[in-house]
Amino acid sequence: MFPYVIKRVLATIPVMTMVAVVVFAMLRLTPGDPAAILAGDDASGAQLEQIRRTMGLDQPILTQLFVWLKQLLQGDLGVSLISGTPVVSMIGSRVAPTISLALATIVLTIIVAVPMGVVAARRPGKLLDRTVMTFSVMGFSIPTFVIGYLLIYLLSLKLGWFPVQGYSPIEKGIGPFLHRLVLPTIALSGIYVALVARITRSSVIDVMGEDYIRTARAKGARESTVLLRHALRNAAVPIVTVIGIGVASLITGVVVTESVFNLPGLGRLVVEAVLARDYPVIQGLILLFSFTYVLINLTVDILYTVFDPRIRY
Amino acid sequence: MMKTIQNPAVGELPPVGAGIDRKNSTFNQLLLSLKSIPVLVALVVLVTVVVLAAFAPVLGTVDPIAINPGGRFSPISEAYWLGSDAYGRDLYSRLLYGARISLIVGLGAAAASIAAGLVIGVVAGYLKVLDAIIMRVMDGVMAIPSILLAIALVSLTGASLVTVLVAITVPEIPRVVRLVRSIILNVRSEAYVEAAVSLGTPTLRILTRHMVPNTIAPLIVQGTFIFASAILTEATLSFLGAGLPTEIPSWGNMMADGRMYFQLYPGLVLYPGIVLALTLLSVNILGDVLRDVLDPKMAKRT
Amino acid sequence: MMQTYGRFFRHARALLCAAAVMVPMAGHSVAQAETLRAVMQSGLRVMDPVLSTAFLTRNHGYMIYDTLLGVDSDFKVQPQMASWTVSEDGKLYTFTLRDGLKWHDGEPVTAEDAVVSLKRWAEVDTTGQALMTMVEGIDAVDDKSFEIKLSQPTTLVLSGLSKLSSRPAFIMPKRIAETPSSEPITEFVGSGPFKFVEAEFQPGISVVYEKNEDYVPRDEPSSWTAGGKVVNVDRVEWVTMPDQMTAINALQNGEVDFIQEVPFDLLPLVEAADGIKAEVMDELGAWTYFRMNHLYPPFDNKLVRQAAMAAVGQEDVLKLLVGNPDFYQTCGAVMGCGNPNGDEYGAEWVVNSDIERAQSLLKEAGYDGTPVVLLQPTDIAMLAAQPIVLGDALRKAGFTVEMKTMDWQTVVTQQGNQNAPSEGGWNIFSTYSILATSGDPFGNTTLSTAGRSSWAGWPDVPEIEALRLDYARAATPEEQKEIAVKIQKLAIDEGVVGPLGQFRIPAAYSTEWTGFPKAPVTLFWNVQKTAE
Repeated sequence: MFPYVIKRVLATIPVMTMVAVVVFAMLRLTPGDPAAILAGDDASGAQLEQIRRTMGLDQPILTQLFVWLKQLLQGDLGVSLISGTPVVSMIGSRVAPTISLALATIVLTIIVAVPMGVVAARRPGKLLDRTVMTFSVMGFSIPTFVIGYLLIYLLSLKLGWFPVQGYSPIEKGIGPFLHRLVLPTIALSGIYVALVARITRSSVIDVMGEDYIRTARAKGARESTVLLRHALRNAAVPIVTVIGIGVASLITGVVVTESVFNLPGLGRLVVEAVLARDYPVIQGLILLFSFTYVLINLTVDILYTVFDPRIRY
Repeated sequence: MMKTIQNPAVGELPPVGAGIDRKNSTFNQLLLSLKSIPVLVALVVLVTVVVLAAFAPVLGTVDPIAINPGGRFSPISEAYWLGSDAYGRDLYSRLLYGARISLIVGLGAAAASIAAGLVIGVVAGYLKVLDAIIMRVMDGVMAIPSILLAIALVSLTGASLVTVLVAITVPEIPRVVRLVRSIILNVRSEAYVEAAVSLGTPTLRILTRHMVPNTIAPLIVQGTFIFASAILTEATLSFLGAGLPTEIPSWGNMMADGRMYFQLYPGLVLYPGIVLALTLLSVNILGDVLRDVLDPKMAKRT
Repeated sequence: MMQTYGRFFRHARALLCAAAVMVPMAGHSVAQAETLRAVMQSGLRVMDPVLSTAFLTRNHGYMIYDTLLGVDSDFKVQPQMASWTVSEDGKLYTFTLRDGLKWHDGEPVTAEDAVVSLKRWAEVDTTGQALMTMVEGIDAVDDKSFEIKLSQPTTLVLSGLSKLSSRPAFIMPKRIAETPSSEPITEFVGSGPFKFVEAEFQPGISVVYEKNEDYVPRDEPSSWTAGGKVVNVDRVEWVTMPDQMTAINALQNGEVDFIQEVPFDLLPLVEAADGIKAEVMDELGAWTYFRMNHLYPPFDNKLVRQAAMAAVGQEDVLKLLVGNPDFYQTCGAVMGCGNPNGDEYGAEWVVNSDIERAQSLLKEAGYDGTPVVLLQPTDIAMLAAQPIVLGDALRKAGFTVEMKTMDWQTVVTQQGNQNAPSEGGWNIFSTYSILATSGDPFGNTTLSTAGRSSWAGWPDVPEIEALRLDYARAATPEEQKEIAVKIQKLAIDEGVVGPLGQFRIPAAYSTEWTGFPKAPVTLFWNVQKTAE
């Protein structure tokens, strides 16, 4: 187990290098010019030329790549081409809202979706199952921004329970922090609750057909014990896979949620940086994302061995 | 703590030579499931949507991209069966033509990502040598957000249906791969597979006979999810300005275009939203039926 | 049922609030201060108002920097940091800094600072560049005064130094102004009425300003950028909200105090709510227009350009873009209706859609169906309608139209691309500018017509270039107007720019506040809490 983890962590290095180089090439091949964005749309050609030279963008792509990689080896992610702020501090100031939102979403999803799926799986095809599944399908039939608007309209404007927008850092008090996190979390969870509930249901139904469940029932185990101890545990592998996939794909949902609820997070930073062709910021973010994904996938793979002893590495 | 867990599948072999029988029972089961009212309704909804999409030009529609500066936000009227949008375009016509685009986006993304993901996932799950490499590459692909990909593609080739499809499909592939691989890993350690291997059964046969069928049920569930999420991702891309050109109607960009007027003219978001939700609901119900019928374990039990 | 939920949530809320009270607030004393929270149109990321022409960067400039001269609502140049005298022959201007000017770091403002700042500005600004062709020297006389020596008299000294927008001649400390004009400045010290709080700056998200206690406002009443800049708040916070509906909701809910631009279609929401109101701050407003690429077919042909201008109807654009007729007007003037230089030659076919005329012009020109590449930005509400109407009208006239959809930032970078449309270039794009700076042929970038070296579109009309120089030398407003009329005729006949109409964008604010300056640029002095 332990050597496996070490091997996997070491394997992240080539992955991240690959991603870094591919993204670097992709960005440079894409039309768009940070100099024009910096100077505004009235700038003359000569002014743009000068700015490009100052930024080092007139160098050949390979030279630029080596300069960046050299910086990277020294632990330097560079500075934003647009605002001149160091990339590390830019990302640093945006991490907290996104992590808070992501963690809250995962927790809410698991708390809501897994029981939903198990309940539905108890009697497949019956009313309760249909109701739960219909609800869960609704969850991913409605765009996140529409759920967001509905929540704001009802719970903020009409009932006044929650603020419309914004983020309050946890250092400024856990109360306001949570208060402002509730609506974005619900909006973002919709699609994940739907997904995890469905996969839980189908995995549990699969497992319920296995002989050991019949054996457990025959031995007179209580239904709840059968469900939770035997069925759910054996159904865990696909559920964990899907939750892992969900976490890894959170970033798209995060972009929308952060926009609708005006949270100063990484999702918005990605979009801003991509639109502004702020190369160092995008590259820094992609490195962070790929590292996170690798970490999540590693966690998922380790969880497999916990839930299913038959899987060994 | 839970040492009581046994592997109950030991010694169990899959139905041998049950090919023809199973097809028969599959068909019968499909017929049987039609008797259930929700399944019937779902089928009707889906057929209706497909018919509306296919015959949009002859169903009383007008040009869905024709603007009318004097007829913005028109209420439901004889000229505008469902009212008009911020550009005075006919919502009813856009809804019908939008069905075409949205169905293509959903089906295209689901089919493409499942086909690619299945092949890669089976290879990764079965061939230990390639597993590590493939999965690391997939990790890499996953790390590139679809938004980045979409914007890069749009600025390289211009916004189009193909661009949007590629941008939606590529990030889905690693997810399918991981799912398929986890199932293959799971099944490979089953005794009947080990038995088949030791009997010298050709790899391809093991794969098609024992491995792939096990992936069908989860993939149908995943496929319906991709179908839905592709349509929604398309809306998100429109929201961020990297989706289809706003002229081309799709349910996704109709909602994205109308979202600003949500409190004033909710129909702009609600009509496409309702049609979308109904369609996805139907796809899911039918997906479940297929899943129940196709799943070898379920089939075995009946 | 509802009630149970309500009670539950009230409890939950009470608990949360209690928790909030128990945890000590960071920066408690600041929270007590009078803070104005404004939602700005975009996020501040570029901090150098000389390097960048972005409106938000300019607004930032007005917060922390000051200008030597200001302009009032009658377009009159007034002293701001400095007063001036001019010699008999009009070739020597002497500027004298007023007393009490201090940088935010406490050092006094000197004439040397102003001289270096002006030189940096003149290197990149269009008016500045034109002015420099007539300048023999800018030199400090002593700590308080400096001179500008000219080879010939020109109005550009005063109009340049008081330039309202993109880019104003902001004055910075010498050490900062010595930064090359192609490099962004990295230190943000001005002498303006607000100080930049660097510790709280989040690029693209929020920026905080605090009152500059040392600022001495002028005694005259405030008008546009002239007169006294009196600050009545302790802090101004600018935030960005990517979703415009969220901004309106936040204003309704009392979470913010001011929204710089309200989308026209959402005005009913503001009007229906209590305690907030919408108001146009820039009475002159903006004009929208389209540019054709003069370098490549089909728009290298004057007749084809005229055909496009005839085909498009302003009313169609404005109805889609604005909707509410209270906020728009059609106008054929390239220097703006309402501006002293505004002249409406050609309005009858620029304003109305005349498809027949367009068709016959196309026939006369022998248009062969060359596709027209039209750039369409998707993420800026104020620019979304124009390409749709343009595409529609051009198709009706017989053009082959190819829409290229992309984000606005990409449009901006595409704009400068002088390649052929088939190789990544373009044929038409549209944008908008504020009228206050479009009223003279220098502030109005569309009227630079020196071929490839001028602004995107690259029209080559030497007659207009000559008239612009005449304008710079003109001594009286009457002479200027005469020249402007000639420029209007040439600009329309040659198809230099296609005016699409004028509009005024409303702002919205909480009625707890009053005194927002009415000006073409967004300013935050004189704003105060309403007396209860």
